Amino acid sequence: MVRNLIWRAVLVILAILVSMFYLIPSITESLPSWWRDHVDKIHLGLDLQGGMHLITEVQTDKAIENTLNQYVQTLEEVLDEEKIPFIEITLRNDQTIAVELLDKSTIEKFEAVMKKNFPALTRLQPETGENFYPSIFVLDKKEIRTVKDSAVKQALETIRNRIDQFGVTEPNIQRQGEDRILIQLPGLNDPERAKRLLKQTAMLEFKLVDDEDSLQKALEGKLPPETEILYEETVDKETGTVTSRQPLLLKKRTLLTGDMLVDAQPQIDSSQFNRPYVSLKFNAKGAKIFKTVTTNNVGKRLAIVLDNVVKSAPVIREPIPGGRAQIEGSFTLEEAKDLAIVLRAGSLPAPIKILEERTVGPSLGKDSIDQGIRATVIGSLLVLCFMILYYKLSGLIADIVLLLNMVIIFAVLAGFEAALTLPGIAGIVLTLGMAVDANVLIFERIREELRAGKTTWAALDAGYAKAFSAIFDSNLTTVLAAAILFQFGTGPVKGFAVTLCIGIMASFFTAIFVTRVVFDYFVLVKKVKSVSI
Amino acid sequence: MEFFRVKTNIDFIGKRNYAFVFSSILILITIISLIFHKGPRYGVDFAGGISVRVKFSQPVTAAAIKSGIQTLNLSNCTVQEFIEKGQHEFQIQSSTENLDIENIQASLTQALSKKFGEGRFEVRKIETVGPKVGKDLREKGLWAVVISWVMMLIYVAFRFKHFSFGLGGIVALAHDVLVTVGAFSITNREIDLTIVAALLTIIGFSINDTIVIYDRVRENRRKTPGVSLPELINRSINETLSRTIITTGTVLLGVVALFLFGGGVIHNFAFAMLVGCISGTYSTLYIASPVVIVWEEKFKGKKKRRY
Repeated sequence: MVRNLIWRAVLVILAILVSMFYLIPSITESLPSWWRDHVDKIHLGLDLQGGMHLITEVQTDKAIENTLNQYVQTLEEVLDEEKIPFIEITLRNDQTIAVELLDKSTIEKFEAVMKKNFPALTRLQPETGENFYPSIFVLDKKEIRTVKDSAVKQALETIRNRIDQFGVTEPNIQRQGEDRILIQLPGLNDPERAKRLLKQTAMLEFKLVDDEDSLQKALEGKLPPETEILYEETVDKETGTVTSRQPLLLKKRTLLTGDMLVDAQPQIDSSQFNRPYVSLKFNAKGAKIFKTVTTNNVGKRLAIVLDNVVKSAPVIREPIPGGRAQIEGSFTLEEAKDLAIVLRAGSLPAPIKILEERTVGPSLGKDSIDQGIRATVIGSLLVLCFMILYYKLSGLIADIVLLLNMVIIFAVLAGFEAALTLPGIAGIVLTLGMAVDANVLIFERIREELRAGKTTWAALDAGYAKAFSAIFDSNLTTVLAAAILFQFGTGPVKGFAVTLCIGIMASFFTAIFVTRVVFDYFVLVKKVKSVSI
Repeated sequence: MEFFRVKTNIDFIGKRNYAFVFSSILILITIISLIFHKGPRYGVDFAGGISVRVKFSQPVTAAAIKSGIQTLNLSNCTVQEFIEKGQHEFQIQSSTENLDIENIQASLTQALSKKFGEGRFEVRKIETVGPKVGKDLREKGLWAVVISWVMMLIYVAFRFKHFSFGLGGIVALAHDVLVTVGAFSITNREIDLTIVAALLTIIGFSINDTIVIYDRVRENRRKTPGVSLPELINRSINETLSRTIITTGTVLLGVVALFLFGGGVIHNFAFAMLVGCISGTYSTLYIASPVVIVWEEKFKGKKKRRY
């Protein structure tokens, strides 16, 4: 019996040591470096340290639309190449492509070409038999899934890049479900700026300005073919509102996009009243295209378009080799910095929409910690005092074990790098009540057995044995409830489920195993004849 | 110290009809209150909308804040001062169907700056939830509660080998959840994510209590076969009574500490726990086991089974 006790005592001491190993780095700074490198401090949730929690939705329908637009463009090119004359290829609102052929007799060749080049497009059967014009195509379900999925993946990647460059420590960016992305940014000073940075599509395009056709006529509705009207906006720096919009007639064709950038940096033009601008550097392919474009269009204006707004449209004075360009416009240095970040990080494949936002300021987080600690301390003191009053020395043992239980909870939080949230603290306070329950069950049972006239040793044995099934069943059902909560919960609520689970499992160990070791020690080694209970 | 030095022999089962009437009244009040308030009052999490916590550097009134943000045309807008007096801290809330999540915050701060001057206030917390997410969360919350009921039912029925035991546990759980929701409806408190967390915890606690008694029933029926079910259950409840009271007491100590000192967010959570714990203890004693008896008598009574 005593031998068995030694092994159990060793296990308990080992558990205490391991817990301390993980817990001490959260308490004190002055530790050897190998220790601090291995174990992190307990992470605080966003509600305790302040920060922003966003759930965004990638507008995947927009990505499908973009893909279909590209299909329309390539379709036009391929049909031209194959010499199949057509009247019009249009993208319709219900995400279908309508191809209207000029000549009925080319239909077979057309179908063969479609099969060979565009396997992802399925032709819909015409509704009425006699009229096969126009042919309607839809994108395969499988292809739609692929496009949507890769749009979300790319958006995730882009957001990660932007946050990295923005410089947030320990961000948490995760895909949730089909098209949602969870973004958690702790300790943020300017949430509005971060949101702007995240949300910007950052689609950079270079297009030629059409100076040959009349802008006036185009504005009246007579848009020359292959052109579009975009606006250059002037923004009031004080209020951030758009003060004027200048229309520009542009050639529709995109000459260069932001995909070909290798670098973008914010700069200050000291020759022009320290005006901020963003310098761009293209990759080899982009540089080559840029050189050709500038060589062929000297004297014309090249518009730099960001998210369908013209940033600037400088005149090309001479061919520009070397692949360098710059975006000027009326922005502040901060905006120039942010623009450089989003250009470096790449564009979003589709716009994102914010579905849910929770931002907690750092001062509120501090208050919450203080209140949480106060509630925990008062709650524990009340419970501890009661146990000693009611169960005397046995209550003291239960109390010591309760403290060990808390040490284990915090150690597990630190060890698994799970965040402590305000509901998490509530979970710990509740666990105290639960942990005590196991001991109450055992102690009540021991008292019962003692009343029935059993010896100390027999009463202890029976008390533990008979209380076990009740403790086991009740703990398991609570863990079940906590597990459901974890599955369902978001953010802070998850923290509650986590601490509740850890607490119950720890209490199973401390309340049943550890207290028994202590009792056995007194009865078997110290030969104590009666229990103070 | 001991609360019950003498063996108690309170007739819990005999009073079951009074208990059923009392509980029916409680649940009726809940239903009436819910009808009167047009359903539970959902917080921002579930209704969708915006909730902002603002701290002012000087005393202001809720009416002044309301007039300051009038231009934003927020529907169902409420401005509430926090309980901790002297902090000039307010909660501004609005559940707008077509809320422009992305710009509402900027326009809100702008409106407040205009009214009270820039830097005179600090936005300490912002929560905006789109209607879509709100609906999602509402459904998920309901499912979480229902799934936990079903799992408890299956587990208890399996462990104690009788469907009636599972049923008794579930009826008690549903009772506790309804009473807590009713208490929230009557006091006009909001139900949000943390409250669902509290409901699930209450479910865990309540089944806990019930299981301890069932466990004793299981043990006693092995020890003294042939005793009638009502007597068996009544004895088991009495034998575990001191434990039930002490455990509830210690849990309540923690909950009261949370209620009084936990601060804003925790306050409602602790209130739910407070109501749920008391209801849970009551339902364990007066609902869970009597339901077993009623069920067994009604459907199996003729056969005179052994337990």
